[in-house]
Amino acid sequence: MRKILEVRNLSKIYGKGCPRCIESTGPEADTNMCPHCGSVVAIHDVSFDLHEGEILGLMGESGSGKSTVVKNLYFDQTPTSGEARFFDEAGTQDMFHLNAAQQRRLRNQRFGMVYQNPHLGLNFGISSGGNIAERLLMNDVSHYGEIRERAKELLSRTEVLLSRMDESPGNFSGGMQQRVQIAKALATNPPLLYLDEVTTGLDLSVQARILDLILEIQQERNTAMIVVTHDLGVIRLLTGRALVMKYGRVIESGLTDQILEDPQHAYTQRLVASAL
Amino acid sequence: MKTPILKIEGFGKHFTLHEQNKRIPSSHNVNLEVYAGELTALIGPTGAGKSSVLKGIYRTYLPSAGKILYRDKNGVEVDLAQADEYRMLQLRHEEIGFVTQFLFCLPRQSTLDVVAHPLVVRGMSREAARTKAAEMLTALNLPERLWSISPATFSGGEKQRVNLARGLVARPRLLLLDEPTASLDPVTAERVIALIEQIKAEGVAMLAIFHHPELTQRLGDRVVELTPPPATSKQADIKEKSGTNEQKVEVFA
Repeated sequence: MRKILEVRNLSKIYGKGCPRCIESTGPEADTNMCPHCGSVVAIHDVSFDLHEGEILGLMGESGSGKSTVVKNLYFDQTPTSGEARFFDEAGTQDMFHLNAAQQRRLRNQRFGMVYQNPHLGLNFGISSGGNIAERLLMNDVSHYGEIRERAKELLSRTEVLLSRMDESPGNFSGGMQQRVQIAKALATNPPLLYLDEVTTGLDLSVQARILDLILEIQQERNTAMIVVTHDLGVIRLLTGRALVMKYGRVIESGLTDQILEDPQHAYTQRLVASAL
Repeated sequence: MKTPILKIEGFGKHFTLHEQNKRIPSSHNVNLEVYAGELTALIGPTGAGKSSVLKGIYRTYLPSAGKILYRDKNGVEVDLAQADEYRMLQLRHEEIGFVTQFLFCLPRQSTLDVVAHPLVVRGMSREAARTKAAEMLTALNLPERLWSISPATFSGGEKQRVNLARGLVARPRLLLLDEPTASLDPVTAERVIALIEQIKAEGVAMLAIFHHPELTQRLGDRVVELTPPPATSKQADIKEKSGTNEQKVEVFA
């Protein structure tokens, strides 16, 4: 198993920050907002590795910073400090030292993102097929027939009715919108996929089928994934390793079954004990 | 002299429950060895920490003390109490199998796929893995009409056979078994015993928890008896007098 991503000391502070921000926030301080300057320490000192084909879970409650981690790694945000290295086939990419064009290339070609909110990942002004075409066009696939074929292939793989591929995702149910998002993310066959609370808010049967789809994709394509969720069931089903976050810090990490059966940190113990 | 595949020295496990401010002792000072083609039986009363030993080896529990020295297929010794997560995952996929008492499975995954899974993880094609899984289920006497159904609805004994089939199908180098015949009828139990003897003959090293002395006698090449950890209250004094947890180790000729 080859290492595909290495994240070291990733931090993101909203606000101007002050020298006492770090010491005044975190799980011990029981807040992520600095009482001295009002800045929010969304994440601090997050480090982890990700291997090819591996699914890593980021778990924690709302405001723990788990989504911020993937937003920074997908270049939706710029980190305050820290490093991330992406070990691409063509060579190692120092992610936060690339220029905008190079970052865009990684984002459009090598990474895929599925957001909790489909409005962030899809353009509702164009058809579902068009959404996929958009991503293919960004990657220099410009032959109409080829784009249409590829879009069909992806949508049928994610079980979206092809007869509806020319409709806007706005006409679709929540579960269907997530399938279009997944198809779009997979369009360039990226080696790394970020999934941010992708099944939150969907009803159970739809959740189950989307999670099965994600597992199948991982097995078929050996895609590495970072799964952000507060749902312990999703963590158990999808991930092999997991990080537990609270107030922007990683408080515990380990093999998923160990985190769930023998949690070490007081907060993780409470979290696991409150599972339904 | 033979070298063991697994050698545990001074293993201990306790749980710290922060919410209740409690420290729950489980296993303490466990010493044992497991050899290729042999079965080490782990016996002792409920609460002696037998399952904790198996889970500690597999890293489902984080060990609190001691060394778990495992010799891998390349002859490299690794302390499983210290090994990093990727090393543990690799060993789980390739070398160490665990048949737990309870089977976790999805209510929408067929029995055949549940059993075939460890082989698919190792890179075998789905078809070939299913064929192997079918052979194993036949050997364990699970009726073919159940193969396409999820084990979620099965009886305890049926589930246990599925779990065993999944653990045995990949022929691990080291197999951890938690009461493999606990909820089986005598006929099926005999089949399981025969299968354990067969894979032992094939060279698989096994560490198994047994409750029946008769089973221990039949299958165990070595027996390690655990005693419950000394309690923290008055009971502790009583235990102290009866001596430390010195495991009785017998080796059947």
